[in-house]
Order: sequence, then structure tokens, then C-alpha cells
Amino acid sequence: MLAFIIRRVGQMVPTLFGVMLLLFVLFNWVGGDPSYILAGKNLSPEALANIRHQLGLDLPLPQQFLLFVKQVLTLDFGVSWSTQQPVSSILHSRIGPSLLLTGSILLLGTVLAVVIAALVAYLRGSLTDRLVTLISTCAMSISGLVYIIAGQYWLAHKAGLFPIMGWSDRVTENLLYYLPLPLLLGVIVGLAPDIRFYRSCFVEEMSHDYVRTARAKGLAEPVIMLKHVLRNAMIPVVTSLMMSLPYLMMGAMLLETFFGIPGMGKEVVMAVDRSDFPVIKAITIYIALATMLFNLLADIVYKLIDPRVQLS
Amino acid sequence: MSTPSSLPPLTAANPSHNSLARLGWRRLRRDRLGFAALCIVGVYLLLALGAWSGLLARHWQDEVAKPFAPPTLFVGVGPQHVELNAADIDAASQRSRAAAAGDSSAATGLAASEDPLAADMAAAQQQAAQYRSAEAPKADSLPLGADQRGRDVLQKVLQGTATSLLVGLSGALLALAIGTVLGAISGYFGGLLDDLLLWGYSVFTSVPDMLLLLAFAAVSGRGIGTVVLVMAFTSWTGSYRLMRAEFLKHKSREYVRAADAIGASHSRRMFHHILPNVSHLLLVQFSMLTVALIKYEAILSFLGFGVGVTQVSLGAMLAEAPAELLQGYWWQMLTVTVVMSLLVTAFALLTDSLRDALDPKVK
Repeated sequence: MLAFIIRRVGQMVPTLFGVMLLLFVLFNWVGGDPSYILAGKNLSPEALANIRHQLGLDLPLPQQFLLFVKQVLTLDFGVSWSTQQPVSSILHSRIGPSLLLTGSILLLGTVLAVVIAALVAYLRGSLTDRLVTLISTCAMSISGLVYIIAGQYWLAHKAGLFPIMGWSDRVTENLLYYLPLPLLLGVIVGLAPDIRFYRSCFVEEMSHDYVRTARAKGLAEPVIMLKHVLRNAMIPVVTSLMMSLPYLMMGAMLLETFFGIPGMGKEVVMAVDRSDFPVIKAITIYIALATMLFNLLADIVYKLIDPRVQLS
Repeated sequence: MSTPSSLPPLTAANPSHNSLARLGWRRLRRDRLGFAALCIVGVYLLLALGAWSGLLARHWQDEVAKPFAPPTLFVGVGPQHVELNAADIDAASQRSRAAAAGDSSAATGLAASEDPLAADMAAAQQQAAQYRSAEAPKADSLPLGADQRGRDVLQKVLQGTATSLLVGLSGALLALAIGTVLGAISGYFGGLLDDLLLWGYSVFTSVPDMLLLLAFAAVSGRGIGTVVLVMAFTSWTGSYRLMRAEFLKHKSREYVRAADAIGASHSRRMFHHILPNVSHLLLVQFSMLTVALIKYEAILSFLGFGVGVTQVSLGAMLAEAPAELLQGYWWQMLTVTVVMSLLVTAFALLTDSLRDALDPKVK
């Protein structure tokens, strides 16, 4: 196990190097000279030269790349171009709200989806099953944007059940006052595809021979479902859950933008809007790292819940 | 449904593929839901073709109706948009002036005789009246209503669907082409090239799609062409993995070795012998990618990083929805939602049916 982890961590090094190379090519080569953006209206040759020197843009490209590698290794990405805040402090303050929002969506969404999917799979072929499948299919076809726009308008603006947008410094106020509507909408958007996927996992497991054997030896239906089927069906569920963990860090871009939640997703959108390259680069590096770590974690969890899996 | 252009034409030289295509077609026609989905997608494509060629919705930018003119069936329901024109404003100011005549504190606070600009203003107004052009009468209602500038929502949604389809189809085609070529090279040759391409694959998959899209969008401008390129560069990974595995599997099959024995070159073996045998997977992948890219385009355009300001797409139309909804004008949002849902559902159902119909294992 330890050898496996060490080998996998070793494999991350070239990938991380590749991500750095990709970002470098994108922002230092494709993106053009950013000093024009920074200089703004006071465009004088001295100011341009000054900015270029500050950013190290007067250095040859390989040296610029080394500078970027150093930034990544020390996790010090300098200051934001638009607010002059240190990038690390921006990200530090943005991660909390994103974790709170996406964490609760993931938790609530998964629990609900698994319960509904298990019930529907158990009642396979019945009217309830067909109805849930039909509703899920229709719900999936509508863009997530529409749910958010309509939800914010009807539930918050018209009905006044929730605040329209906002976020506070106190966790309890966030949890009780600001979080519920984004949470509800996030769960609704994710629920339909999850139910359909998990249902197919359950249905596939229920058609295996061991289920028939369990019935034949007289086990009660709840025992069959909860002890035998659930455990096996959880394997793909856990896999898909682990795959969505990077989004814990990235946050829910649209929800955060709509509800004014100061999280990572909103920060990404704003950074792209303002051409704030250091912030985009830093977030991308962090999320790439997180994705690689979560993928490793997924393999380990996979091994823990399913002894048949061989780590290679 | 168009097949990716990178595929060689179906000829009698590869009867096995030909018969799978025919078999798939027969199965698809038997599958009622799949066939209905195919018809809906076909109608969408025809409408989009009409819009691309300029036959349909060419004048979508014309302001043919009053701002926020309601749909014909809903005249009188919902909020009424009151548009103030110059005469109304004049009348209102006349009234206020009459009311305030006693202390002569009108807008300027001066009587006409004291106002040094009064003569100039009168002359300017007279001249302006000369240039007032005769305006075409504006409609009070349209079949699907009008937007803020009085543009026809029906024409706008036709044009928007055409743009979204164009972005989705060409983005998917380009992504598929990149993925197929790289995957074919990777799987067929193996070795160092494979390692290198796999490294590239792991780099692109270690960043979530949406973040990668936004990072690319940050350095590129707006516009349809840019969006297509950005989407293709970020979403080739799925087809790369698929094609790599297929080529790896097929390269040691007997028919490929036979082709080698009769002296077929590497590229001929890759693209003339193996590719037709895996092309049914490409078709499914293409239809899946198109759906995903249409959804991505909507989000990108909504956030303002998508198509340019002079173009319209489904996402760009949705971006206008929150402000309109707040004033009670729901028709544009409803239209876009229905049109987009139908398109996405039909495409998704078609993908499922294609997968079943083209599965060579099912007899």
C-alpha cells in the first residue's frame, strides 16, 4: 500500500510540471503581453518597461518559466493584478465559503440520491419507478442556469422565503440564513442525473445471482437490500463521489456568482473577467493538485471498500 | 446526423462496416423513441441550416416591436410596458410648468423671457423636427413576444439555436478529430510517443473542464471561432482515451496483420483499416460531446466569455433573463428553456439509441 502511494505521488510530479507548462504557455505566450492591461490609461514607455521588469517579462522565456516554477514550489503567487492583495490571502479567504456550500450540497445530494435511487430500484418497473425516471429525464434536460434564475426569482424575490443574495462573516448566520437557497438549488440541479446513475447501479446489482441466493435462503428484503445490494452498489457511487471532490475546492461557480457568495468559483469568474492572471494561475495549480490527490484517495478508498480491487 | 468528415467514405471495400451501418439504421428505425429523437434533431438541424444560410431569421436584430411586447396569446396578461416618448415628456413638463406657473420655477427656474438659451433651444427643436424620420409602425405583440429592444424572440431563438448548434457541432467535430488522431497514434505506435501523449492527457484531465475552459477563455477573445477552439482544446480527452484503447486492441488483430502482410503503410492501416471498424464509437462520442458542448456554451455565454456581443446564442439569451424576470417579462426565458431542453433531450436520447443500435454485439 505504502509503495503504491509513493509511486503514485511520484507520478504526480511530471503531471504537475505539465500543468505548469500549459499555464505558462497559455498566460505568457498565447495571452500576449499583460503589461498593456496593467498599464491601463497611463501608457508610457517608462511605465511599460517598469511593469515588465516587475513581472520579469524582460527576461528570456526559460528564465520566466523558472520564475513561475519557483512561485509554484513556494506557493507564493505574488499579488493580484486588480486588487494588489496577495494571491494566497485571497484564496485563503475564498476556500471557506466554497467548502461550506459544495460540501453541504455534495453531502445532502448524495444521501438523497442514494435513498431515492435505492427505493426506485427496489420498486423497479412500478408506476413510481417510471414516474421518477420520467421526471428525472425531464429535469435533466433543463439547463442548471434556469433552475438558479427561476429559484432565485420565485423563492427569494417573489415568495420572500429566502434572502436574495448575500453572505456574512458568522458561520451560524450563513448556515441558517444565507445557505439554504443555494443549497436547495444545488441539490435540485444535481439530483436528477445522480438518481438515474445510482438507480442503474442498484438495478444492475439486483440482477446478480447472489441476490437470488439470498432470497432463496429466506433473508428478509431489507437485509438483502441494505446488507448485500447496498454494499456492492456503493462502489460506483463512491467512485463518482470521489470524482466530484475537486469541485469541493473549486466551488459552485454559478451558484456563487448568483448568490454573491465569496468563494473560489466566483473568484475564478471575476479573475477571468478582469484578466487577473496570477489568481487564475494559482487557482488552477491548487485545483490540479487537489484533483491528483483526490484521485489517489479514490483509489485507496476503492481498495478499502472492495477487497477484490488490486492496487497496481 | 452527419458523420465526422475525418471518416473515409463508405465503400464496398469494407462491407463489414457498411452492413453495421445498415443494421444500425434498421435498428434505429425500429426504436420508436430513438427515431423520434432523430427526427427532432433533424428538424433542429434544418432550422439551423436555414439560419446559417440566411434564409431564416436573418433580420433578428431588427427592432420590429415595442420593447417587451408580449406574446400574442398573452396580451393584457402580465405587466404592461409603458414607453414614454418625447410628446409625453413634453406634456408632463407642460403640466408641471403650468402648476408651477405662479413662482415660475419650471425645470430651469426661469421664465421664457429670462432664459438666455430659450431662443437657441426653440431653433434646435425646430431643426430636430426636420430630421425626424418616419418610423415603421411597431407591433404591439409578437407570436413569442419581444425583448428589451423590441426584437422578435422567435427570430432571436432561431438564430441563437443555430449559433449554439454551430458551436456544439463544430467544437465536437474538432475535439473528436484531435482526440482520434492523437489516440490513434498513441494506441497504434505505443512506446515513447504513447508515454508523451498520455502525459498530455493526464495534464489536461487533472484540471476540471470548466476551470480549463475559463483559463483558455481568459487569454482568448470572444466570438464563435474562439469558443469553438477553446472547447475543442479542452474536451478532446474523452475521445483520446477511447480511441487509444480501441487502436491498442485492434492493432494486433488478424485483419490488421493481414494488411501489414500485403504491404499497407502505417497510416493506411490506421485510418483505412482500423478507423472504419471503430467509427460507430466515434458517432456516439460525437453526439455525446455535442450535448456537453451546447451546455458549456450556454454557461460560458451566460458568464460573458462566450459568443461576441453582436451574436446571439441560447446562453446569451439566458443571460438577459434575470433582469427581465425581475420586471415580469418571462417569455424570452421560457422560450429559450423549452427550445434548449427539447434539443438537449432529443440529442441525449439519440445518443442512447445510437449506442444500442450500433453495438455490434447485440444481434
